[in-house]
Amino acid sequence: MSRDSHTAGRGGERGSGRNAERSAGSARSAPWLAAATLWRREIVRFLREPSRVASAAVTPLLFWGLIGSGFSGAFRLPGEGGAADAGDAATGFLEYFYPGTLLLILLFAAIFSTISLIEDRREGFLQGVLAAPVPRLAVVAGKVAGGATLAWLQAAPILLLAPLAGVPWSAASLAAAAGVMVLVAVELAAVGVVFAWRTSSVQGFHAVMNLLLIPLWLLSGAFFPISAAPGWLAAVMRVNPLTFALAALRGALYSAAPATEAAATGLPALAPALLVTGALAVAAFGLAVVVARPPRVT
Amino acid sequence: MTGLRDRTPEAASPAVTARDLTHTYPGRRRRPPRRGLDGVSFEVAPGTVFGFLGPNGGGKTTLFRILATLLPVSGGAASVAGHDLAAEPLAVRRALGVAFQSPALDLRLTVEENLRHGGHLYGLSGADLAERIDRNLARFSVADRRRDRAEELSGGLRRRVELAKALLHEPRVLLLDEPSTGLDPRARRELWDVLAELAAGGVTVLLTTHFIEEAERCHRLLLLDRGRVVAEGAPEELKRQVGGEVVTLASGDPDGLAAALEADLEAGPATAGQGAPGVLAVAASEASVRLEMSAGEGEGEVGTGAWDLVSRLARRLPGWEERVTAVTVARPTLEDVFLHRTGRPLEAGDADPAEGAP
Repeated sequence: MSRDSHTAGRGGERGSGRNAERSAGSARSAPWLAAATLWRREIVRFLREPSRVASAAVTPLLFWGLIGSGFSGAFRLPGEGGAADAGDAATGFLEYFYPGTLLLILLFAAIFSTISLIEDRREGFLQGVLAAPVPRLAVVAGKVAGGATLAWLQAAPILLLAPLAGVPWSAASLAAAAGVMVLVAVELAAVGVVFAWRTSSVQGFHAVMNLLLIPLWLLSGAFFPISAAPGWLAAVMRVNPLTFALAALRGALYSAAPATEAAATGLPALAPALLVTGALAVAAFGLAVVVARPPRVT
Repeated sequence: MTGLRDRTPEAASPAVTARDLTHTYPGRRRRPPRRGLDGVSFEVAPGTVFGFLGPNGGGKTTLFRILATLLPVSGGAASVAGHDLAAEPLAVRRALGVAFQSPALDLRLTVEENLRHGGHLYGLSGADLAERIDRNLARFSVADRRRDRAEELSGGLRRRVELAKALLHEPRVLLLDEPSTGLDPRARRELWDVLAELAAGGVTVLLTTHFIEEAERCHRLLLLDRGRVVAEGAPEELKRQVGGEVVTLASGDPDGLAAALEADLEAGPATAGQGAPGVLAVAASEASVRLEMSAGEGEGEVGTGAWDLVSRLARRLPGWEERVTAVTVARPTLEDVFLHRTGRPLEAGDADPAEGAP
């Protein structure tokens, strides 16, 4: 690819040599600069609309508090013994539902922040980006990074509620969970971009959310353990991509006391869960880049 | 294909070329496929202000979107600054500054943030970018609004910010979609001063317009209708091709008047003498009758032939006083050129399928 159009541009009135040199140097770093500026824009917009800050976290928290409390008497993890033993050791529904709540916040926040892509297209902002000399990879990277950051920023404060939920926590386990949340946020933001790029209306995007992503979340083990599900449903849950995200989150959260976990929930162990989630994040990002490719004529 | 791609960018070669550009919009539910462009060819020399003039649906927007690399080149070939659109889209985009009709601004960011964002997308950064932002905000008289959010700006101011953004990287070719829309007369004048200055410095300006006044100021024009080129040339040149003056007779009964005029003209020559301008065409519209005259031989005074014709007609046609309420004699306008070439006025036309499309 020739760069001469850039360097040989009108030099300007003063310092044309200096300018040309500078543009030649910056042309090389342009994709990163473009991705960074797109990312930064998402953050600035988010911070300027305080109403959006709260919105994605509120509904899942409400679910957690109400459903968690309502079911707390009736819920028991398989293998934890009878009602008579239900003391401190038993997992209450408030505790069981806690990692799923984190996942739902990530899901809501990541998906809704990528909706801005649809608004950008409608308002004409996107065509300005698409007409700029920026590879689509950089555009997607900026958008995914922005969505993932916003999702993480909304879910991270909720991590501090772990003690309240009864999760046996330590600084290391919370840090591990925060790290896994980065990975899950990237995965979900990339999925959001895949859907948002080709969707022309916000309504259509909500349909995807309601008909596909919420059911996937329900069947991830967030709401009830695989071990409690009938065989056919358990089979569906085991191949659900979000099951691995939840398993990774739970695995990290319970890394302070791994013995009380995994076996009872029927979820995959932390290592394979991380591996699958990582692979899915890369795949979703790759798909987003493919979807965002400019139309080509065959 | 080869000729365009082998060309290296140099001062003498055209800044923009299009050869046989064709674009078909795929059909959607209950809508057949539609030709947006049908074999459009042109060349633009560097430093030219080149206008695409035509009604909505004429193909301007499609052409704009193809040149901006937002639509793929599906038929024919085009190049910008020596770079083929299909083969080197990134090089084309680097050479192009694009300003959209609906400004591509983030309304929640400030004016300055929008420009900085735009500059970053073109690989600019640091003190160099800051200096370019200052210069271009001043150029379009929006420096005092730099800390305001774009949503607080009027439509005209947003357009000026958009133009300032498009010029940040000092593009060699500027592509503007309806640049005057929404600008008040003063801002419009300022815009044209900037465009003239840029063109004098070697920048090629391509713009779409449906304003006659704007088209008049272009060095060269491409008249588009229904996806085809109907004429190309300098505005004066195009107007000369139409012929002599145009006489417009305002009337309450244009059809009746036109019929009477035609009958009268058939009966005998309307003007005296050999080589004097005659009537080429009579056309009735809603409230007037248009008489297109041939160009007289030799450079006569404006309208002499035409006024001669009018006075003869006024004497010969019964009931002239009642039937004609006003008479206008004018040199042909670009509107007349369009009417002459297509048989339809410039304002007519259906919606452009590209409008509102992603």
